[in-house]
Amino acid sequence: MEIKLSVKNLDAYYGKNKVLKNISIDVPKNKVVAIIGPSGCGKSTFIRCLNRMHEVVGGTINGSILLDNEDLTKTDPVLLRKRVGMVFQKPNPFPSMSIFNNVAAGLRLNGVRNKKQITPIVEKCLKQAALWEEVKNNLNDSGANISGGQQQRLCIARTLAVSPEIILMDEPASALDPISTTKIEDLIFELKKDYTIVIVTHNMQQAARVSDYTAFFYVGELIEYSDTKKMFTSPDKQQTEDYIRGKFG
Amino acid sequence: MRKVETSSKKKSLFKKILSSSNVGDFIFERLTLLFAVSVFLLVILLGYEMYQGSKLSIEKFGWSFLVNSTWDPVREIYGALPIIYGTVVSAALALIIALPLSIGVAIYLSEVAPPWLEKPLSFLVELLAGIPSVIYGLWGIFVLVPWIRKVVEPYLSDKLGYLPFFKGAPYGFGLLAAVIILSVMVLPIISSISRDVLKSVPRSQREAALALGASKWQSTMIVLRDARPGILGATMLGLGRAIGETMAVTMVIGNRALISPSLFDPSYTMASVIANEFTEATSEMYLSALIELALVLFVITIIINALARLLVWSMDRKWKTT
Ligand SMILES: Nc1ncnc2c1ncn2[C@@H]1O[C@H](COP(=O)(O)OP(=O)(O)OP(=O)(O)O)[C@@H](O)[C@H]1O
Ligand SMILES: [Mg+2]
Repeated sequence: MEIKLSVKNLDAYYGKNKVLKNISIDVPKNKVVAIIGPSGCGKSTFIRCLNRMHEVVGGTINGSILLDNEDLTKTDPVLLRKRVGMVFQKPNPFPSMSIFNNVAAGLRLNGVRNKKQITPIVEKCLKQAALWEEVKNNLNDSGANISGGQQQRLCIARTLAVSPEIILMDEPASALDPISTTKIEDLIFELKKDYTIVIVTHNMQQAARVSDYTAFFYVGELIEYSDTKKMFTSPDKQQTEDYIRGKFG
Repeated sequence: MRKVETSSKKKSLFKKILSSSNVGDFIFERLTLLFAVSVFLLVILLGYEMYQGSKLSIEKFGWSFLVNSTWDPVREIYGALPIIYGTVVSAALALIIALPLSIGVAIYLSEVAPPWLEKPLSFLVELLAGIPSVIYGLWGIFVLVPWIRKVVEPYLSDKLGYLPFFKGAPYGFGLLAAVIILSVMVLPIISSISRDVLKSVPRSQREAALALGASKWQSTMIVLRDARPGILGATMLGLGRAIGETMAVTMVIGNRALISPSLFDPSYTMASVIANEFTEATSEMYLSALIELALVLFVITIIINALARLLVWSMDRKWKTT
């Protein structure tokens, strides 16, 4: 099994405050890894380390993160983020751009200007994000004038358009209704054929449904990381079992 | 019979007040509506009063008031073209200088400056915006004008003297001084409002751009897109200030109603004419002409604001789809 992303002994800080302690996780290619754990345990911080968004808010890290065996802390963050896309917890489409331009934004940032080249990619990504049927007749409407669930799928399409290798998702469905959530989960299932996915979720069922591997974080530490099936049937640690059964958190 | 009717009417109003889920809300709604309407009425009343006051001059001169270039109180001939010209040109040039600088300052303050520098700098900019204009005027007379006379104008006429804009004797007092002082006055206004507008764009927008692989510069451009209407609003406020500015301008502009392409020549603006000549306006016609000037200033301000609105709408539509 090919390892796409390998995190070794990762510590993360906000100033002097250490919020991740010695995390080591291998993410296999074309698999979905779910990150679970109680609020404030460092899940968002962890995935924001993976595309170096952590440093944007002034955070620092120790340890190494290898992307295809290359230390990503030593690469150019702008190039890195083209390879490691991110979908945020709250949908954040660009309100000053149309639906079409939202998806095209990443391409344009990469210098693709030719509309003939852009149009088919936009269509493909909107289809991939299961949004095409709903918006194909109003591609020129503002990206902010659609429902929350549609906005989130738009953000996914926007991320796909850059054709990253890895997609990070930080609770992508937490602001959505059950139907939109199902759509996004189906989508994740589809996407893993082509992408490697790391998803943070608060929802145990969701983790169990969509992921191949699950990591359980607790106050900045990685308590357990294993096959999702095993994690949800017979976890090694008592703490994991308690959390999954809803005894705390 | 009648009595019953009114009492039932009263009752129904009373009921309405009670049934509208909250009495406070009801009062609040009506009260704010009243305020909104009164603003509207105030504008109309203002326009009407000025129209009444300037009737004499309007009837006598008609459109020639706007296109005639002689402003001569002695002969009682009032043509405001040079004054309108001076107002529009000084404000427009000031804006052309101040706008790019202001946007630069705003971007630096909101996107680039480290927090320890941003706070004192923003405070300073806001302080500048609040300085009374007469102080700018004094600074203009004692510092700016001599500097322009001794350094700027000789330099410009030496290097670019073949252009009509830089011809003539270096007085110091003139359109150039007014333009510079106006741009200095307008800069802090536009920058501080634009900074607030940029700051109010949610961080999630910047993160969205960065996560797509945007550079700092590119993500700033996206933030700027969101901030466009607000920045335009700030610009309009700046333009309004530049057009209406009286004290500082009249202290440095030379105060002569004159149309000349040269920035070295004296000029005059509507606001300064009104302020300077109101006390001398002894004849009714003179007074009426000055009020008509105020009316023109009022209308120009309204037109500029309307144009700005239209600009925002059309740009929004165009930018979204391209
Ligand atoms: N920008 C920040 N500056 C300083 N401290 C932060 C910042 N963001 C998060 N933290 C701290 O880091 C710790 C981990 O936060 P993080 O957002 O990673 O938690 P999380 O697991 O994603 O929580 P949630 O499930 O609520 O989203 C928390 O204790 C939080 O207070
Ligand atoms: Mg989080």
